[in-house]
Amino acid sequence: MSWYLATPIILPFATAVLAFLFRNTPEGRYISVAGSIGTLIAAVILMGQVLDQGVVAAQMGGWPAPFGITLVADYLSAVMVVITAITGLAVAVYSIGDITERMDQLGFHALFQVLIAGVTGAFLTGDLFNLYVWFEVMLISSFGLLVLGGSKQQLDAGIKYVTLNLISTILFLSGIGLLYGMTGTLNMADLAGSVDRIQDQGTLTVIATMFLIGFGVKAAVFPLFFWLPASYHTPSFAVSAVFAGLLTKVGVYALIRMFTLVFDTDVAFTHTLLLWIAGFTMVTGVLGAAAQTDFRKILSFHIVSQIGYMVLGLALFTPLALVGAVFYLVHHIIVKANLFLIAGVAQRISGSTELGAIGGLYKGAPFLALLFLIPAFSLAGFPPLSGFWAKYVLVKAALEVEGWIIAGVALAVGLLTIYSMTKIWGQAFWKPHPEGYVPTLATLPAGQKLALMTPITALAIMTVLIGVFPQPFVSFAETSAAQLLDPTLYIETVLRLNAPLDAITAPATALPEVTQ
Amino acid sequence: MESLIAIMVGVLVATSVYLMMARNVLRFIFGLVLLSNAANLTIFAAGGLTPETPPLIAEGADTVVGAANALPQALVLTAIVIGFGLFAFALALVYRTYQNLGTLNADEMRIAEPRFESETKAEETSK
Repeated sequence: MSWYLATPIILPFATAVLAFLFRNTPEGRYISVAGSIGTLIAAVILMGQVLDQGVVAAQMGGWPAPFGITLVADYLSAVMVVITAITGLAVAVYSIGDITERMDQLGFHALFQVLIAGVTGAFLTGDLFNLYVWFEVMLISSFGLLVLGGSKQQLDAGIKYVTLNLISTILFLSGIGLLYGMTGTLNMADLAGSVDRIQDQGTLTVIATMFLIGFGVKAAVFPLFFWLPASYHTPSFAVSAVFAGLLTKVGVYALIRMFTLVFDTDVAFTHTLLLWIAGFTMVTGVLGAAAQTDFRKILSFHIVSQIGYMVLGLALFTPLALVGAVFYLVHHIIVKANLFLIAGVAQRISGSTELGAIGGLYKGAPFLALLFLIPAFSLAGFPPLSGFWAKYVLVKAALEVEGWIIAGVALAVGLLTIYSMTKIWGQAFWKPHPEGYVPTLATLPAGQKLALMTPITALAIMTVLIGVFPQPFVSFAETSAAQLLDPTLYIETVLRLNAPLDAITAPATALPEVTQ
Repeated sequence: MESLIAIMVGVLVATSVYLMMARNVLRFIFGLVLLSNAANLTIFAAGGLTPETPPLIAEGADTVVGAANALPQALVLTAIVIGFGLFAFALALVYRTYQNLGTLNADEMRIAEPRFESETKAEETSK
């Protein structure tokens, strides 16, 4: 068994247990940071293995594929695991300065680490039912994080978040059941071959649509995104940053995985549907943001609009479009998590996230203003930041297949994104504070300032680096897209592992002993 | 047998959709419970239904013949356990919300998303 596939999942779980035991003492938060560093190292080791071999797989419990649960990492999974670990570490450090002692005692770090484990598990699993289980791990810990503290706002948001996500999970589960009924397998690599042999392709498309809706709710695409702007602005900033960075992206990842590997039998229908969804998601998200006047609410609506770009990459279904989708995923997680972290600092020093009630941040905290400009302009797609390359590749892919309208929509939405970002800039940073004082970072205690600013600075530097040196990331995304479009290596790596014959016969010989 | 289960799933889904249309959040949660049971029955039926045929491998044979696939039943079991945990949480959340907000009417739950700025200000001043 390959240990390097399991460690990025086991480490956060172990950290969660330790952090829970030490939740009443300050050590708990440092255990969480140490665990996150460990997870990042494990993720980088996994990435090294994937770069070396292309696709790595391991069978949990020694049951050969397609009978047991497979953990598998291709380029896309590996990069998502690394980026999850980076976000996890950034938020763990940030939460030292952001999370109150009371929330520590309520078990914030334990829930947070379980969330990271759930997200990582969802990226690494090669088994459909196991994916459902990881979704649940992720969901239950996100429920806890969302309502932790129990303010009226959070409870109100929690109801909407919990109920709508539960419906999507149930749809996903029914889809799994029906797909298993038709194919007799849950292993994704095995499914890829099995779905082609199904006589009744129409029913398969219906099941594909069930998955599309189930994952669509998670990814917050039009018209299923209403839970997101209702809830993401209510929890603590560390929580909303990790939600904004990771949770919807798990939905996008699941969409990309299933609709390249398994549901590629009726591309004309499913991917055209995805294209419409992508267009409407981009437009409604950005228009929703334009109507808002709260720092975090604007950012929440922008998550929705950016999800549209990633779905667009999947919908176009060309190599270049998938390159754009993968690049966009990676860039977006860093940028979005960072913007929420910055919103947290802005709220802390100027007193609110409501844009009318704050101001003067440029005068008082020019460093924070600079750190805001980097991810904000990257989100809007200014060259030479990471968002520019992501949008450039996607628009080029759309033009290549002569999708003039969707390319126009993507560009127009980019323009409107600039409108929202300049609105935040003008209101929060440029105009003087309505109460007359100048908010500065100096009001924060030194230790807290360090904990808050270090992750923001690190993530901003990463955004710039991806923007200035996009070549390695693009070529990585190219390999990743090639693997997605031609999953032969993925399938072979997963299924070839039945090779040791004794492993197959072992359970069969064990059975009579049980019955005796 | 399958068609009986199929009809049952249909009735359950219809009932749950009706319940979820209600303004009362508690009714919505009950609808969710029914919907999740409908999903479990779907998986159960997807594995095939064979009364009085235990899925045991006959001596000397390699495979089970004529019996239902036992795997979906294991999946249903897992799904029931997970669903139970989630609904315990959802019920606790609804109860806590009722305690704090004093209402279970979804239309009145506008604290996280106030309708209009002016309206909330008007409410505040009237209080």
